[in-house]
Amino acid sequence: MRARYLPVAAFAGIIIAIQLTTHFTESAYHLTQLTMTAYYSLLVVGLCMLTGYAGQISIGHAGFFAIGGYLSAFLTTHNLVPHQGTAFVSLLKKAGLLAARPDLYGGEILNVHPWAACLAAILATVIIAYLIGGPVLKLKGHYLAMATLGFGVIIYRIALGTTLLGAADGISDVPGFPLASGVEITGKASMRVPNYYAAWGLVIAGMVLLLNLIHSRVGRALASIHGAEDAAEAMGIPAARYKLHTFVLSAVFASLAGVFLTHYNGGIGPSEASVMKSVRYVAIVAIGGMANLWGALSMSLVLNYFSLRGYFGSYDDAVFGAILILIMLFAPDGLLRRHLFDDMKRMFSGDADQEAP
Amino acid sequence: MTLLSVREVSKRFGGLQAVGGVSFDVARGSIKALIGPNGAGKTTLFNLISGFLPPDSGGIVFEGTPVQGMQPFEIAALGMSRTFQHIRLFPKMTVLENVMVGRHLHGRAGFLAGMLNLPFTWSEERRIREKSLEILELLGIADSARVEATSLAYGQQRVVELGRALACEPKLLLLDEPAAGLNMRETLEMGKLIGKVRNMGITVLLVEHDMSLVMTVSDEVVVLCYGEKIAEDLPLAIQKNPEVIRVYLGEVQ
Amino acid sequence: MAGITYGTIYAIVAIGFNIIYNATGIINFAQGEFVMLGGMTAVTLSGFLPLPLAVLGAVAVTLVVGAVIEVVFIRWLHKPSVLRMIIITIGISILIRESALHIWGEGVRALPYFTGTSETSFNLGGVYVSPQVLWAVGVGAVVVAALTAFFNYTLPGRQMRACSANRDAARLCGVNAKNMVTLSFMLSAAIGAIGGCVVCPITYVQYDSGTPLAIKGFTVAILGGLGNSTAAVGAGMLLGILESFSIWVLPAAYKEAVSIFLLLVILFVRPSGLFGSAEAARLKEF
Repeated sequence: MRARYLPVAAFAGIIIAIQLTTHFTESAYHLTQLTMTAYYSLLVVGLCMLTGYAGQISIGHAGFFAIGGYLSAFLTTHNLVPHQGTAFVSLLKKAGLLAARPDLYGGEILNVHPWAACLAAILATVIIAYLIGGPVLKLKGHYLAMATLGFGVIIYRIALGTTLLGAADGISDVPGFPLASGVEITGKASMRVPNYYAAWGLVIAGMVLLLNLIHSRVGRALASIHGAEDAAEAMGIPAARYKLHTFVLSAVFASLAGVFLTHYNGGIGPSEASVMKSVRYVAIVAIGGMANLWGALSMSLVLNYFSLRGYFGSYDDAVFGAILILIMLFAPDGLLRRHLFDDMKRMFSGDADQEAP
Repeated sequence: MTLLSVREVSKRFGGLQAVGGVSFDVARGSIKALIGPNGAGKTTLFNLISGFLPPDSGGIVFEGTPVQGMQPFEIAALGMSRTFQHIRLFPKMTVLENVMVGRHLHGRAGFLAGMLNLPFTWSEERRIREKSLEILELLGIADSARVEATSLAYGQQRVVELGRALACEPKLLLLDEPAAGLNMRETLEMGKLIGKVRNMGITVLLVEHDMSLVMTVSDEVVVLCYGEKIAEDLPLAIQKNPEVIRVYLGEVQ
Repeated sequence: MAGITYGTIYAIVAIGFNIIYNATGIINFAQGEFVMLGGMTAVTLSGFLPLPLAVLGAVAVTLVVGAVIEVVFIRWLHKPSVLRMIIITIGISILIRESALHIWGEGVRALPYFTGTSETSFNLGGVYVSPQVLWAVGVGAVVVAALTAFFNYTLPGRQMRACSANRDAARLCGVNAKNMVTLSFMLSAAIGAIGGCVVCPITYVQYDSGTPLAIKGFTVAILGGLGNSTAAVGAGMLLGILESFSIWVLPAAYKEAVSIFLLLVILFVRPSGLFGSAEAARLKEF
């Protein structure tokens, strides 16, 4: 068990080291992109679990991110004051689920409290993931890929086309997410360092949960499903059910990432649900090694950070597209895996009469 | 005491009647063999019994419970496990891990317990590991425990698959051509292992082409041809059965 | 009316999918980009070439792009899984789209109408039809007819069919399977480009027109049964008309979601499509 948690401690050390470096080099503004990177990484490791261990591809995970983000954004910004008279709203108020805050003109608006909104978003995600996961996971190969792609596009279209969700402009003015002792998840510069640690703390917690799962009875079962599904079933493993649970788990990770990043950024737009985002996440999982959580995490850290800092310029999407192609062409099991060197040798020593598909 | 009862089971694939109205029983504690020329429907029958295919008609009763149409994992939970004609070990997992998967039904740690690494899972995992090692020792392959399962020699892989199926602690073990691809020495070893399995109180139903293995190991033999049962008898009687001889060797001139 | 135009282009993209799928079992997600490339290149060429030559040039360029894609990315792969292929083609479509963005910018382009202007219209039995729609349908019909003739009566066509039915047997008969794959890509690219040119005056073209087309083309291909090009035509029309009628029932903003919704319904209920056979669908390797 020690072997499992050692990398966690090492990674936590790296996170702390990065923060201290920015502190001493007076470049704390880096922390903003690093914090955003953390939330995207939460989604990526969840996706890696699904792709690598349950063996299910999903080119629509940005959809779950958007469900989480949009729901929490909507609930925490939609003014319930006009509806105060209704029974439902007064019930919510009595249950303490609402929060009041001043608007721009000094008046008062009534929204759902961020904690309640977060819970609602996660609940909705779980329901949706179970509903579509069932039929989707029965599909194979390109049908599965297209179905997940389609899911992502539908969420995108709903986000883009619904006025209540801000249409093309998205939702802005999302309040901070209060944690303990006055710390909030928000983009305010004063809260930069706590937010950085909160974000990466969440990622590390997520990693611990996933690492535990991998090394558990269920993790073994998932690996066996991925390896030989029929044999796994013959051993009493309910393959379809486990795949579905894993799908929902990865959806929850994505959704949580959406919720918190939305509070951090103070808003969300339809582009977070776009196909390009989903492709990006798949590319990162791919380059990190399909079944390698640490690989996915480190690649996410590097690539997302560079992308957010604008290092890729207008070639941002192209970079991820190129990564996808290169990885799929040369190392379909990802870069950071055990037998990579042997495989590359075998590929390039080439049989002269290699056949095209 | 009948452990498994196959009653008038039929399965058709398009124009081909793979299995047509086959019936037989397997007595508890016995070893029964299914033989027949290629294409006789033996593996299809196995898939029907273990839940990988639903029968078109007929019933399969396991320990008093009708299991036709049930999912493979449900049938496994009732106490039936199997091996496969083409070895289906889990790649990228060690021999020990492969066998530990066989212990899945004997644990209860689920997603939540796994993620939170709850204390009860620690002893459960230890027990799973210990029991799996026991099985490896029983089968004589404990030395390869940490080796990647698919890197072993073919004959050894078959033993691993047997170990995995045994880890389920089944009441009925279905062996699909356990001697396929094995040389004479390995086949003899396999025969001894099957004997050990019987001594553990497990009932065995096997499909096999290797007549020497079938004759030495089985208590009773069922002969299939073109999906139909043409004989069911003691091994020696089967050897002398004219129908069986005709089916295997052709007409006697 | 718009439904029919869009239906034609969806059918054409679906046919492109089917050609490559039949020859290789690959779903070429970049199919939509061929359409976009055809339109864009034609617009650029029409700046200094007469329209017919511009269209021809665009088709030629796209055809070459298709061949290059196959040779560079696909030809040398050894038994790739279907999933790996679809991800590669998604990556390729991204690269093509981003290149288009950098070459042509974000603007919307349109070819001039082949005959007449955007205002001309025929009176066809009480309905006013733009001549361009007739061009679209006409060209679509010609393409389908030409393809049928190609696959049934010409040697390369029959060789391709042989390859798709049983690759190894075809190779034993002397068919160069690798070239057949390249040919299928070139054919699909050319068809996509023709389609792109002919609907461009009505639908306009933009650097990112490709992806939605790919998704809709895939939906249509599946609806008709993957690999079945005749059914693809009917299915394309169906989707086009469904979409144009959807604005009566749904807010216009959701029109694009109609095709996805249809796709998901088909995938969940009957992946073999309206005319495909369930057995055949299961036999194709996944």
